[in-house]
Amino acid sequence: MAQVEITHSELHSETRLLRKNRWRHLRKNVSLWTGAILVAMVIIIAIFAPWLTPFSPIQLNYSAILQAPNATHWFGTDELGRDVLTRVFFGARTSMEVSIGSVVISLVIGIPVGLLSGFYRGIVDEWLVMRVVDAIQAFPFLILSLVLAAMLGPGIRNATFAIAVGYIPVFVRTVRGQVLLEMEKEYIQSARALGARDWRIMLRHVFPNITTPLIIQATLAVASGIVAEASLSYLGLGAQPPTPSWGSMLHTAQGYLTEAPWLAIVPGIAIAVAVLGFNLLGDGLQIWLDPRKRRS
Amino acid sequence: MAYIVRRVLTAIPVLWIVSIIVFLLIHLIPGNPAQVILGQDATPTAIAALTAQLGLNKPLPIQYIQWLGQVLQGNLGKSLLDGESVNHLIMQRLPVTVELAVCTILVALLIAFPMGILAAVFRGKWLDVTALFSATVGIAVPPFWIGILFLLLFTVRVHWFPSSGYVPIWQNPLQNLQSMVLPAVATGIREAAVLMRMLRGALLDVLDMDFIRTARAKGMSGYGVIIHHALKNALIPVITTGGLQIAGLLGGLVITETIFSLPGFGSLLVQSVFSRDYTTVQGTALIAAVAVVLVNLVVDVLYSVVDPRIQLGGRSA
Repeated sequence: MAQVEITHSELHSETRLLRKNRWRHLRKNVSLWTGAILVAMVIIIAIFAPWLTPFSPIQLNYSAILQAPNATHWFGTDELGRDVLTRVFFGARTSMEVSIGSVVISLVIGIPVGLLSGFYRGIVDEWLVMRVVDAIQAFPFLILSLVLAAMLGPGIRNATFAIAVGYIPVFVRTVRGQVLLEMEKEYIQSARALGARDWRIMLRHVFPNITTPLIIQATLAVASGIVAEASLSYLGLGAQPPTPSWGSMLHTAQGYLTEAPWLAIVPGIAIAVAVLGFNLLGDGLQIWLDPRKRRS
Repeated sequence: MAYIVRRVLTAIPVLWIVSIIVFLLIHLIPGNPAQVILGQDATPTAIAALTAQLGLNKPLPIQYIQWLGQVLQGNLGKSLLDGESVNHLIMQRLPVTVELAVCTILVALLIAFPMGILAAVFRGKWLDVTALFSATVGIAVPPFWIGILFLLLFTVRVHWFPSSGYVPIWQNPLQNLQSMVLPAVATGIREAAVLMRMLRGALLDVLDMDFIRTARAKGMSGYGVIIHHALKNALIPVITTGGLQIAGLLGGLVITETIFSLPGFGSLLVQSVFSRDYTTVQGTALIAAVAVVLVNLVVDVLYSVVDPRIQLGGRSA
């Protein structure tokens, strides 16, 4: 049999071609770029809110109640005379705090449970972990968050926890599914044959190979977390007054549709832009990191 | 058949765990639930009486067994607000939610099908790009904001629809339809966007297959191929995922019903949350979860009937 020899320069040019290809796909990935820009915008607004506006988000101003959009208050003022745009900026903080916070909590619980469950399998995995996951997922996401938030009491911290509970099964499932796929691969068997301990195989070999779907899932979860937070706050179970939240601003707006229709516009646009950003970023990452998705 | 039996059997432990979660909900209330329900001014006697009424003075496993026994007999307890049966409250509200859900699904199908088919036929063309862009935006825009905008446009500005006030269908079908249009469209847009993307993807997958190429080679028109061949095959994954969307839809309807003041299941949940009527909260949460488990079960069983590959896969797994 003729031996195939690959020279160093051939290997080098092959790698260069792969990188070039990857970069070409990255440049063409409109979802990824648009998503990244929108997400960056929302996060920058959330972080730098106090420096972006001269107004206070909570200070009442009875001389400026329900003012239509004007040169001073670009998007008008609310029923307590507060600048709408300022409250939308600060609302980004609440939204990001709750949505990102809930995803982080569910990752912290979901990753180890999914890893252990997929790694050891057995009765505990099949009949306990997965059935609990099924049971939690049987509750419509918003109903679960609503009921948990109601039982725990209103507030940002409880809303974050209530939303997180809904995501835990999603991450357990994602991690477990990926672990099962990885465990079939030869490198795991090699690691085993070399005498590597279970925790080392899990953390050093399996985990690094399952981060891609996790990152994508987490990004998409933040998007639905934003809607969940807005929904809970709309119902009065999320952020409590005077803390600004997009959902509670929409709730107030509904009471003033005749006198002050502008109140209903900007918070809604803010939610849509933030959700669109995280959705596009998630889709873009999927297209970039999973070549099978590039086709469509 | 073996697959169906196995699938039904796996639903039993799930329903059992669902019951444990719902039972434990009341114990998530910080402090003494009876005290929280009755408020700060409640007398110790009243608190003790309610604690006994709710059975909270008994050991947890006993409480659970008693509660489960009642639930299995179809008794979800009595409302803490006025002592009315929770079953009755739910049965009163359920028809509104079912009607709204059916209308929402109809709206979603009416938008998703033409758009999904057109997008797949004109893949990569401006029509496809526009449809995909609309779907991406449709998924991002929260239904409850669309609902508020609809109220602003169609009830406050042009008075085409009533802002609230539900009329049962048997009393006045026209007025009933009027009260359903805005909420159904507000919720349906998002569902349509999800379905449309799914249908387009499934159609594109099928259109790449050999039998489609053969049909085309035999001179069949683009639409003929889609309607007679591709759509039938693309529908299977769409129906399954569509069935799974029911859970999300039920959650979404909670907010829609609140915005449009529809006296449905979702607004009952929200009202009982705020009136601290925890037995009704438990009852509605349980019914919602059981409904989702059953819908998923039916979808899976139907799927296995439509697509025999599922049963084969199940057997080998």
